[in-house]
Amino acid sequence: MAATDTGMTPPLPMARIRPGRIVTWTVLSIGGVLMITPILFMFSTSLKTAGQIYDLRLIPQNPTLANYVAVLTEGQFPRWFLNSAFVAICVTVSNVFFDSLVGYTLAKFRFRGRQFVFIAILSTLMIPTEMLVIPWYLMAADLGWLDSYWGIMFPGMMTAFGTFLMKQFFETVPDDFIEAARMDGLNEFTIWWKIAMPLVTPALSALAIFTFLGNWTAFFWPLISTTSKELYTLPVGLTSFAVEQAIQWEMIMTGAAIATIPTLLVFLALQRYIVRGVMLAGLKG
Amino acid sequence: MATFELRGLIKAYGKTRVIHGIDLLIADGEFVVFVGPSGCGKSTTLRMIAGLEEVTGGEIRIGDRVVNEVDPKERNLAMVFQNYAIYPHMSVRQNIAFGLYTSPLSKADKARKVDEAGALLGLTPLLDRRPAALSGGQRQRVAIGRAMVRDPVGFLFDEPLSNLDAQLRAQMRIEIKDLHRRLGTTIAYVTHDQVEAMTMADRIVVMKDGHILQAAPPMEIYDNPVDVFTARFIGTPSMNIVPATQSGGVVTLAEGDPNLLAGVRPHDLLVGSTIADPGLTLTGTVTAVEPLGPETLVHFDVAGRSIIATAPAHGPVTIGATVTALAPRGHVHLFDAGTEKAMGRA
Ligand SMILES: Nc1ncnc2c1ncn2[C@@H]1O[C@H](COP(=O)(O)OP(=O)(O)OP(=O)(O)O)[C@@H](O)[C@H]1O
Ligand SMILES: [Mg+2]
Repeated sequence: MAATDTGMTPPLPMARIRPGRIVTWTVLSIGGVLMITPILFMFSTSLKTAGQIYDLRLIPQNPTLANYVAVLTEGQFPRWFLNSAFVAICVTVSNVFFDSLVGYTLAKFRFRGRQFVFIAILSTLMIPTEMLVIPWYLMAADLGWLDSYWGIMFPGMMTAFGTFLMKQFFETVPDDFIEAARMDGLNEFTIWWKIAMPLVTPALSALAIFTFLGNWTAFFWPLISTTSKELYTLPVGLTSFAVEQAIQWEMIMTGAAIATIPTLLVFLALQRYIVRGVMLAGLKG
Repeated sequence: MATFELRGLIKAYGKTRVIHGIDLLIADGEFVVFVGPSGCGKSTTLRMIAGLEEVTGGEIRIGDRVVNEVDPKERNLAMVFQNYAIYPHMSVRQNIAFGLYTSPLSKADKARKVDEAGALLGLTPLLDRRPAALSGGQRQRVAIGRAMVRDPVGFLFDEPLSNLDAQLRAQMRIEIKDLHRRLGTTIAYVTHDQVEAMTMADRIVVMKDGHILQAAPPMEIYDNPVDVFTARFIGTPSMNIVPATQSGGVVTLAEGDPNLLAGVRPHDLLVGSTIADPGLTLTGTVTAVEPLGPETLVHFDVAGRSIIATAPAHGPVTIGATVTALAPRGHVHLFDAGTEKAMGRA
């Protein structure tokens, strides 16, 4: 050991770079640039005046925060922001709860018709949203749910994908944990809530992120189901900056820039749970 | 404290029967060990006692109450699993306290019981750790602690030591036995390790294919196994079995299709012995020599069968040599060749 510390020089890292690596890095870099450029232009445009938006310099000549002030004070942008947040949070909480409840039941209980229920849920994944919008609309109209928060939220309160995801994860929870809890006298609901749920936090985080992002950026159904401006969600509201005569790109970009903040926060808050593989620690090791 | 009683207990999965109507009475405070080969139904039996598996037929009684339809938690039994199954997202203290989840005790009383159990199992310095930061033996002790705090009427263990290394296993064997002495609680313990069975049990229950072959104290099973399977399953190395005939108290090796089987334990079959009037004499060619220290095991072939005998340490036996091994009278077990049932000794 001492000899290596003093005497020998380690081989240069450059010597170790293999051609395969270079290809990988190149492809990844191109991908990264392709993804990041639009986002940079979004921020850049949000700092420009209306006159400068077709000046494609990345660093604006006279950066200004005027658009931010305008978006946040004039019009109903803050309201739309809160609408989106409310809808996305409610739907996320609902999915995390109900998808995992049903997923757990399908994964850990044997009952007649289990396979049928599972296949029925899965098969709904094969129907594209576009086909569902009309039935949703008719149903919402019949029940008087149109133009309400519930009307925006109800189609997504539970999803087949979330149920499927959670079922797959609960299947990896060893039965011993559940049976040990049963011996300890917990009822089935408490076993799910106190034992099984904490063991699948990575999956719950992933589900929460997907659901939140999906609903935060949802456009089609909120557009169709709402008519009053007070109920618009952010994506729907942003389109009202594109009025007949002129598209106010700087305003749209400012709104979009503000809209990315919650998604970033959600991801940063939850990502560490995705990485943490907590499950195996309680078993033999 | 309670007795466990199985009456004509049957378990079937769909149309396949895996437990064929077994009867057993486990006395209050008794330590009973179930042994048998893999798949013989040990775990299934234990899980039916626990209430984790439905009973297909027959009856399970705890005390004088039939518990067939009673929920696991109402049976007030504690179970320790092969994989420990301690909850990874909770500290050691929380894990042990989980055993008291439904208990009506006050918070302070619960904390005191957890501390007591922790102290008894030598876990006091570890109480605030997570399971991930414990060794296998410590995890197993946490699982036992969680089972203990509740003062259950009985403990159920399903191969609790099989994931530990040999040294730790030997230590935990003594600790569990010690715990039983102190608590005096009825224990049903499943293992496929016959050393665990011999050393820990008040009574061993030997199972095979969903039947109980024999239920008796360890030395009784060792001395008087009821059939060839039990004879070979209990005791290491396994008992030697050879076809034989008997005349005038002397057993001799038989060729062809005799109606007797003679069994002799390797420790009763001595190479280089000079006893005057042996019950059985076997001669063959040595195929392997295993010095164990205090003695040496000699493997040799007799009529195409591999036989194990004991020789003194530092003996002159070498591979390829011809040896003669003798068993004293009274140490040769006889079995019916057809039914493989025991027929006494010679
Ligand atoms: N859920 C099940 N469905 C069908 N058969 C089962 C099921 N569980 C167990 N069995 C069968 O029941 C028999 C007894 O199983 P059990 O787990 O009790 O064996 P064991 O004696 O504990 O074996 P091991 O020493 O391997 O743990 C086996 O043949 C097994 O295949
Ligand atoms: Mg088993």
